[in-house]
This record gives sequence, structure tokens and C-alpha cells, in this order.
Amino acid sequence: MSTRRSRSRQSASNSRITDDQINDLVSKLHQLLPEIRNSHSDKVSAAKVLQETCNYIRSLHREVDDLSERLSELLATTDNAQAAVIRSLLMQ
Amino acid sequence: MNNPHHLNPTSLKSRFTTRFLRALTKIRAQKPISSSSPTEIFRRYRRIKVAADKSMAYSVRSRRIWSRAMLWKLRSRSYRRQDPCSGRRSGKTNQAIMKKSSNGNITRRREDGVGFVEEADELRQLVPGGETMNLCNLLDETAHYIKCLTTQVQVMKKIADFYSF
Repeated sequence: MSTRRSRSRQSASNSRITDDQINDLVSKLHQLLPEIRNSHSDKVSAAKVLQETCNYIRSLHREVDDLSERLSELLATTDNAQAAVIRSLLMQ
Repeated sequence: MNNPHHLNPTSLKSRFTTRFLRALTKIRAQKPISSSSPTEIFRRYRRIKVAADKSMAYSVRSRRIWSRAMLWKLRSRSYRRQDPCSGRRSGKTNQAIMKKSSNGNITRRREDGVGFVEEADELRQLVPGGETMNLCNLLDETAHYIKCLTTQVQVMKKIADFYSF
């Protein structure tokens, strides 16, 4: 409801940004989101897309966090020979 | 605004992988005698987290506003003692605050339906350098940042799986 109003307020403050540009960028973001990308409805508000984007970024940050922890534990038990193998496998 | 298609995901991925593995090797080389003590695991976890961000930002270089902001943050941070709550992980803190203030503005707003401007402001807190971007830049940078974060997660997962093998 307030979306359109807020958006035009934003574009008024910067005359080079148009609503079309914003819509375009929002739909690009929409496609990157795992949750609503696969949902049946096409009618997701721009605000909802941004909200889901924030949630998604937070979940990715958490994943990086957890993986860092896991790697730290794993590093305690691996040696350099193993690391060389991993490097060569990943670089293939 | 930059051309949004200039990023080649494959090459970014390999650049990140190379840098991050190099950093991991370095971190492991400095391991003390009792490398599996909880304190040591925590210290190493923090270093790995910083290395993951650094590797990502350096792989993107200064072509993006968010990577420039992140590199600047990491550089200025390395001169002081690291604060575990600073930098990118503020997202976690925000969430904790949101949970705590269940009677506060955030929740009420959510229940009433979401506002575009409010959500954009929240996004500014999550994307490095977002505070100073205009709306167009913010949305464009966010898309790129998400792509990079997913690459980061993918690669880290792969490395962790190989290690646990």
C-alpha cells in the first residue's frame, strides 16, 4: 500500500532513478531468493521482496559462520598432505 | 551503475577458492601444540571467518561498492583488536535485537505489513557500505553481494566436506 508512495518519494529525491529502474532491480533480486522464487504467486510486493532478501542474507551469514566453526574444528585434525589433495581436487 | 553482467561466476569462484585455501593453509601452519583446545578452536574460527570475507572481497576487488566498503572495513579493523560482534555479522545482532523487542516497532511493523523504505533501511545494515548507497545502487549491489555470498557458502561447504572425508 505504502510501497508506491515510498518509492515515488525515493525517486523524487534523485531524479535519475525511475520507478521502472527500481522495479527492474527488485525483480532481479526476487529471482535470487530461494523461498519466493519457487512460490506460485507472481504478485509479491517490492517490500516483501526486500524483507525476504534481508532474511536470505542473514541466513547466508549464519551459514558462513557455521562453516567457519566447522572448518576450525576440522583443521585441528587434518595435516598438510590432506590439504594438498583437497587443493588439487578443487582446482580441477 | 555498473554493468550487472560483468561478473563471471566461475572465475570468481576459482579466485575465491584459491585465496581462501591459501589463507586456510596459513592459519593451519600457525597452529600451536594443543590445536584442539576450545580456546584455540574459537580463535581459529574467528580467523577463518575474517579470511573468508577477505578472500571474497579481494576476489571482487574494488569493482563493487560493497567490496570496497568491506576491504576498507577489514583494513581498518586489522589495526585494532578484533571485536567479535563488529562488521558483517551485525546481522546476527540485529536479529537478536528483533527477537528481544517483541513489543517494539519492528514486530508491530511486520504485523501491519512491510514498508518498502523500512525494508530498504534494514538492507542497508546488511550489505557492506549500504548506508551510503542510493536506492538503485543498494538494490544492484545487494544482488551482486548475494551471488558472492552463495559462492562463498558453496566453496566453504565443499572444502569442509573434503576435510571431513
